[in-house]
This record gives sequence, structure tokens and C-alpha cells, in this order.
Amino acid sequence: MKNTPFNRFHKELGGRMVEFAGYEMSVEYAGAGVNDEHLNVRNNVGVFDVSHMGEIWVKGPKAFELVQKVTTNDVAILTPGKIQYSCFPNGKGGIVDDLLVYKYDNSKYLLVVNASNLDKDWAWINQQNTIGAELENASDNTAQLAVQGPNSIAALQSLTEINLSEIEYYTFKVGKFAGVEVIISATGYTGAGGFEIYMYNSDAEKVWEAIFDAGKKYDIKPAGLACRDTLRLEMGFCLYGNDIDDTTSPIEAGLGWITKFTEGNNFIDRDVLDKQKKDGVSRKLCGFEMTEKAIPRHGYDIFDANGEKIGLVTSGTMSPSLKKGVGMAYVKTAFSKIGSEIYIQIRNKKVKALIVGLPFYKK
Amino acid sequence: MNIPADLKYTKEHEWVRLEGETAFVGITDFAQSELGDIVFVEVETLGETLKQGETFGTIEAVKTVSDMFMPADGEIVEFNQKLGDTPELINTDAYGEGWILKIILQNKAQLNNLLDADAYTKHVNASSH
Repeated sequence: MKNTPFNRFHKELGGRMVEFAGYEMSVEYAGAGVNDEHLNVRNNVGVFDVSHMGEIWVKGPKAFELVQKVTTNDVAILTPGKIQYSCFPNGKGGIVDDLLVYKYDNSKYLLVVNASNLDKDWAWINQQNTIGAELENASDNTAQLAVQGPNSIAALQSLTEINLSEIEYYTFKVGKFAGVEVIISATGYTGAGGFEIYMYNSDAEKVWEAIFDAGKKYDIKPAGLACRDTLRLEMGFCLYGNDIDDTTSPIEAGLGWITKFTEGNNFIDRDVLDKQKKDGVSRKLCGFEMTEKAIPRHGYDIFDANGEKIGLVTSGTMSPSLKKGVGMAYVKTAFSKIGSEIYIQIRNKKVKALIVGLPFYKK
Repeated sequence: MNIPADLKYTKEHEWVRLEGETAFVGITDFAQSELGDIVFVEVETLGETLKQGETFGTIEAVKTVSDMFMPADGEIVEFNQKLGDTPELINTDAYGEGWILKIILQNKAQLNNLLDADAYTKHVNASSH
């Protein structure tokens, strides 16, 4: 099992440590619980160690062409300093992984991928690289913190001369932060606002200490993997392995908005996905809310009013902000309309839920 | 770890406190700390008489669902209604405000085959390593 460079801080803070994607990570910290950590991010500011995430550089004269080929979104519309959410189609209409694409220029991109898929992604992109782009897997040297929440700017501004309020959503800057070189982007997986900060492993402890010192007067707190999941789910963000995987298509998953059939965007699986978009799909990923007190969970079956099976829950939780059971599920397309009644099999009973629009949590 | 001396315990981390003919049942401080924030408690066996070891309900934390088991044969006469809106009482006061059931024991002698505080402490130490 690998450690991130912040491992000792997690242990000092009483982190409940588990193995996740080959790393020892903190699920939650002593003295709070997942609900407190969740609400502190939603309403204030919290810090996640997300150093397990993978970083792949694509460089050289063929960089643009390779990224355009392996991702569904249209990389041509990215200008330097901008970021795009995207996915790698797998050649069979499924998804290898979802990722962020950071554009420096036409010959330099940073791809940020899920830790659990890094090996698979690296093999896939190398296999697809028949055109000679330069690839570099920097994951083992790169640490990452996600500082998330509405008070992120206030908590961090004293650490850098970069004007943080000028970093627009899904853009990034490269510069000095806490005295070291970082990439800082206005991105995250919480919907709470804030930044993701990439640094060299060797600078990581210094950055962590600076952030917690500067953030002290804002009551900045560490946040673990458990609330990372509840925060993303309240926003309806997909989690690879739950809501999307090698057998789900981006069209089924509601990721049509990052699957761009623009001229020149000749990505893998373009034809099959274009056909799905035009002809429709038989199932769709939807959000739903329980109509009574109950908690949906990954893997629960879904039925219609007549008891016929119509779908499967992919993610579910008791929303800490909304105080009700919410989830995401693939359901037959006929049941995907907002307001449709569905029934979740929870232990020995079927509990009514309604299809709702995403996000669950609205500011 | 809070393990009161005057209670009896199951290996599945329920506690029982006898008060005359009735008994209160809950889950232990160790159990709540392992589960983390409790978000839902479901008991649909109110009014039923269950045997020792039978499932009387489920308890859900953010990431987990666990069954809860009868510590002894008994009739379930009350479910702590406060847990409907404030299941976190189990986190903050596992042996007090966070009680889960009131039961009428069918056979008090069964309490003798439960763990006392010392034995439960050993059980916890063994299962947390």
C-alpha cells in the first residue's frame, strides 16, 4: 500500500485510515463525523488530500491530436489556462475513465484521472498513441489538495500573489503558493466552490502546514473520503465504478454535454455514440429522492408500480444537507422523466421514490 | 471506550439494561464509534415477540447498513421515537438518550449467557486488532 505525502498529518489528526485505490487514505477524522465534515465544506472550508489522483502529461507536436482522439469533449475549444471535464471512450461504447483536461498550449496538456483507473488509463492511452505524442505519468511525484467551500478564497489568499478571485471556474494558474511552485485550479468534486492545488511531493508538507496556518481563523478543517462522496452525490456528479464504468455509455450516463459531435472532433466511438444520441438509449442515469425516510444504496433493485424490474441504484446516501435519502440509478428510459414514480427495494419492502433533476443540492 | 459495569452485552455489540421486568436495549459506544455518524434506525418489529439472536431492526451509518439482534427472548414494547428525527443520539449518548428498544424479557436467566463488562472489553479489544 502506498502513502501520500500527507499521511502523517492524517494520522496526527486521528484519521480513520483505509486502503483506497492502493493508497492509505483517511475516511474521516477524529472529533467530527462525516456530517460535520460535509457541512463544514458546504458552508465554510475544508481540505481533502487527493494525492491519489493520477496525473498524465501529454506533450509535443502531436499532443492536441492525441487528446482529441481519446476524449469525448472537444479539445479544440479549449484556450490556454482552461480546463474541461471529459471521458475516455473505450472503443466499445463504454467509459475507460472520466477526467479533467488542463490545456497549457497545443503541445502541452495535463490529464487528471481517477486513482483506481490509473494503470488502466495509462495502458489505454499508450495503446492509442500511434501518432507519437509524448506521454509522462507524473502521478507518483505529484501531490494534490482540494481546498473546498465558500470560504476557500478567504482562507488561502494570504498564501499567494495570484488573485484567487480572478481564477474563473474551470480555469487554472501556475505560480507560487506558500512559497512553492503549484498549479491551482478553480475545480473540485463538491459543488461548494474552491480550488485544487497540485504540487511536487517534496513541497507537500510545507503546503499543508501553510494552508492550515492561514486557514485557522476561518476554522479550516480536514475532510475525508466519506464526505467527498456525500458532497459529490448531492451535486449528482458521477463516480467512476458506481455510476459509470466500461459498460455504461456517456449518453446513457447523462454525459452528452461532454460528448461533442463537432466537426473535427473524431474521438474513439464517435459513430456509436452519435447513433445513440440520435436514436435514443434504453436506459438513463437519473437522480431520485425517497418520498419517505429511507436510504437507497448502491446495488438496490428498482421496480415500477406493477412490480416489474426497471433499474438499479448506482449511488445512494442520506444527504447531509437535505436530510433525505437521495440516489442515482439507471432506469428504463420510459421512467427517466422528472416526476416519475419508482420503487426502491430496500430489504423486504419497496419504498417509493421520485425521479428529480440534478443537482439534488441547490444553493 | 465507555463500557459501563452494570450492563450486559452481546458479541454483536448490543447492550441490555434490566429495570424490573423490562429491559432497555441499545448499541454500544464501541459500535457507534465504529459505525460513525448514524443516519437512520429502522425498527419494524414493534409489538412482536422475538427470540434471542433474531434481527429486530437495522441501523444505517453513512456508508453501512447493519442488522441489530435481540439480546434475549422478549416482546418489543417500545421503540425510541426520538431516533426518528435524531438518530445521532446514538452517537452522542449510546447508553442513555440513544437507547433503541424497551422489551419485556421472557426469560431473565438468558442474561447470564451474555457478556459482562469485563468480557465485553476483552471481546472489543480482540475485534479491534
